[in-house]
Amino acid sequence: MPINCPTFVRPWPRSADHHVASVTHVSTTRLRLVSDDAHGAVVHLGSSAPVVETEAQLRTLLGGLSGVDAVGVEARAAKLATRSLKKETKRAAIDLAISMVDLTTLEGADTPGRVASLCAKARHPDFGVAHVPSVAAVCVYPDLVGVAKKELRSSSVKVAAVATAFPSGRASLKVKLLDVREAVAAGADEIDMVIDRGAFLSGRLGQVFDEIVAVKEACGEAHLKVILEVGELGTYDHVRRASWIAMLAGADFTKTSTGKVTKSASLASVLVMLEAARDFAEGTGVVVGVKAAGGIRTTKEALRYLVLVNETVGSTWLSPNYFRFGASSLLTDLLMQRRTQHGAGYVRPDAIGVD
Amino acid sequence: MSDLARSELGSLTYDPAPESASIVTLKPHYGLFLDGKFTDPTSHESITTINPATGADLATVAHASSADVDRAVRSARRAYEKVWRKTSGAERGKYLFRIARLLQERAREFAVLETLDNGKPIRESRDIDVPAAAAHFFYYAGWADKLDYAGFGPAPVPLGVAGQIIPWNFPLLMAAWKLAPALATGNTCVLKPAETTPLTALLLAEVLQQAELPPGVVNIVTGDGATGAALVDHEGLDKIAFTGSTDVGREIQRRLATRGTHLTLELGGKGANIVFDDAPLDEMIEGVIDGIFFNQGHVCCAGSRLLVQESVADEVLRRLFRRVEQLRVGNPLDKNTDVGAINSAAQLSRIHEMVDVGVSEGADRFTSSCALPSDGYWFAPTVFTNVSPSDRIAREEIFGPVLSVLTFRTPDEAVAKANNSLYGLACGVWSEKGSRTLWVAERLRAGVVWSNTYNRFDPTSPFGGVRLSGFGREGGRHGLEAYLDV
Repeated sequence: MPINCPTFVRPWPRSADHHVASVTHVSTTRLRLVSDDAHGAVVHLGSSAPVVETEAQLRTLLGGLSGVDAVGVEARAAKLATRSLKKETKRAAIDLAISMVDLTTLEGADTPGRVASLCAKARHPDFGVAHVPSVAAVCVYPDLVGVAKKELRSSSVKVAAVATAFPSGRASLKVKLLDVREAVAAGADEIDMVIDRGAFLSGRLGQVFDEIVAVKEACGEAHLKVILEVGELGTYDHVRRASWIAMLAGADFTKTSTGKVTKSASLASVLVMLEAARDFAEGTGVVVGVKAAGGIRTTKEALRYLVLVNETVGSTWLSPNYFRFGASSLLTDLLMQRRTQHGAGYVRPDAIGVD
Repeated sequence: MSDLARSELGSLTYDPAPESASIVTLKPHYGLFLDGKFTDPTSHESITTINPATGADLATVAHASSADVDRAVRSARRAYEKVWRKTSGAERGKYLFRIARLLQERAREFAVLETLDNGKPIRESRDIDVPAAAAHFFYYAGWADKLDYAGFGPAPVPLGVAGQIIPWNFPLLMAAWKLAPALATGNTCVLKPAETTPLTALLLAEVLQQAELPPGVVNIVTGDGATGAALVDHEGLDKIAFTGSTDVGREIQRRLATRGTHLTLELGGKGANIVFDDAPLDEMIEGVIDGIFFNQGHVCCAGSRLLVQESVADEVLRRLFRRVEQLRVGNPLDKNTDVGAINSAAQLSRIHEMVDVGVSEGADRFTSSCALPSDGYWFAPTVFTNVSPSDRIAREEIFGPVLSVLTFRTPDEAVAKANNSLYGLACGVWSEKGSRTLWVAERLRAGVVWSNTYNRFDPTSPFGGVRLSGFGREGGRHGLEAYLDV
């Protein structure tokens, strides 16, 4: 690594308010960083914490991560996919999955009307059916945040916005940050950013890290989900390393995909991301969520992801606070299966309101 | 660490998801499969086979006497001389393809029956045993008309009549491993399934009838060790193929010493799974788990010795214990079960005995806190640490869900410890560094070396041991040699 590599912007605010000795939860914003270093010279993560100040240090840290055997990780994911959820487990898992959905519309043709109807479905996914949980969030482009915010006022459903020149991320940092600030100003509770895959693949890991740090800062109180776009990263080793960069840089969630490239979320890539989140939490005490997005359309698939969560990271992540599905058509299938599981027999798609 | 990070694994508990056993129609009693028909034995002695997960009786099967074995061998000889040796390779292949397809069609029936009779989880019988058995028939079906090109010269000839004795750990799969290459090369067979697991072989007999395999080409004699001994002692055989314990294998070789009968033996093992500090950590843990807890550890090539580099031992063990604790032990018919029942009371007492030995030798015992069913035969997944190479639990085959962990410092020491065994069936090497894997693999005295995986079986790949693990190969082109006069 060149000697003149830039020192990183310190990832987290160091003000007295944010200077905490353990992980704390304050509404939707998590304060992070376990450090009582009075000089604030370095960033410690937990007791056995890695120190990340320079790109060289980041590189060393990532190089120390265990490799991923592609055949093995796919075999493990396939094996867990054979788990069979029945009866009460299935009903509970379907409700959990519904509560984890980021109901998404990311089309050029999106209009205020379309977003309004999506929001209505997000609040009451299956009108007239009792005890259906609302979804976690509605995910839209930044210019529609205002509409979504208005429609979702006085509900628990969050508004998430994809920002940072989504989906390609091919814009200057200035533009990306403006994108984020506008979305936050319009009321976005959560920001889904994309990493610079070009920078990552050409080895400019510091740039990827710095960008996430800058976006996190621009987010203010808003939660940050960092999209790795696993389909473009090419290897599971890359997925693991990108997960770590995002987590070290302050991500609240890592997210698989934009849904805009052919290869979206897969069980194996989510497994790698969950393992990274588990190891990160064990090393630092900081819990980072994971969002599986793109191509998840059926209840069957969604339940397989929940099994992965259940058997890889466990109860903490079995909550919309730490696991999400980014999807549009999945919700309809979940609702159909929910009615079936609650004794309504097999339900036609038309029985569920379109969004 | 914050409370948050103390996340409970498996908190989403799974409701029972049992595979229905109704697809299997059990007869109360099974006769011998001789000359293409189910036949009563000469004596009325019978053996009761049970479901080891519940202790309940499943059925009784005939106990073949030496007279019955003689009938079986004569039937096989007749079929060999009159039919099978004159049947072209292409025709033999057609029968094998038919058997393979029928196995696939009746896969669920076979899987459920295997789980009932053996105690292995339905996930394994459904996803591994039965598909692999069908794959074996498919693979050797392809060879049947291409033997000229197998590397044994033009028109290699079969041996004649083969006696085949198989164990109880993979009852159907071992039958497939034995029958498929023997039939493809033009031999006829007398198959003797294990005493405690005869039922899938008898269901296979139905499939052979369905496939219209000429009568006598395959004969199945059920019974105990005495039946096996009668088969070994029969002078009418050209070949004995045995898979089972090293002691019995030795005895067979002794008895055949003065005879010209061909012999292949696939015996016990004490496989070493070698973990270097650069192993792919998460996949390695899964591989180690699969290596020893797959099929309750009733696997001759089980990775029953874990050799882990000292510098990462603590981290590996922490993760290993967490994973062992997660294994779901219980009803083998439940689709979510990871570890099923121990096959028999005798095997369970052997495991208890060896675990007691381990404790008395001073090793540290870690056993999963899982609840065990009250009926049937069960043993919770167990890991011994601080094991010395001189301990019995590091040297003797336990054949159960019990792992012995040893450490090493350098690749040389890893190889020395791995080879410090009288067995030599299989080893695993876990490292992301290819050159090291190859360096180690070259030096291991084992028939099979897996790299970054364990317990993977494929019909195209030869399998077999060296030293006390036996000789001869099953699977692949090499597997043909065991049934050809070359």
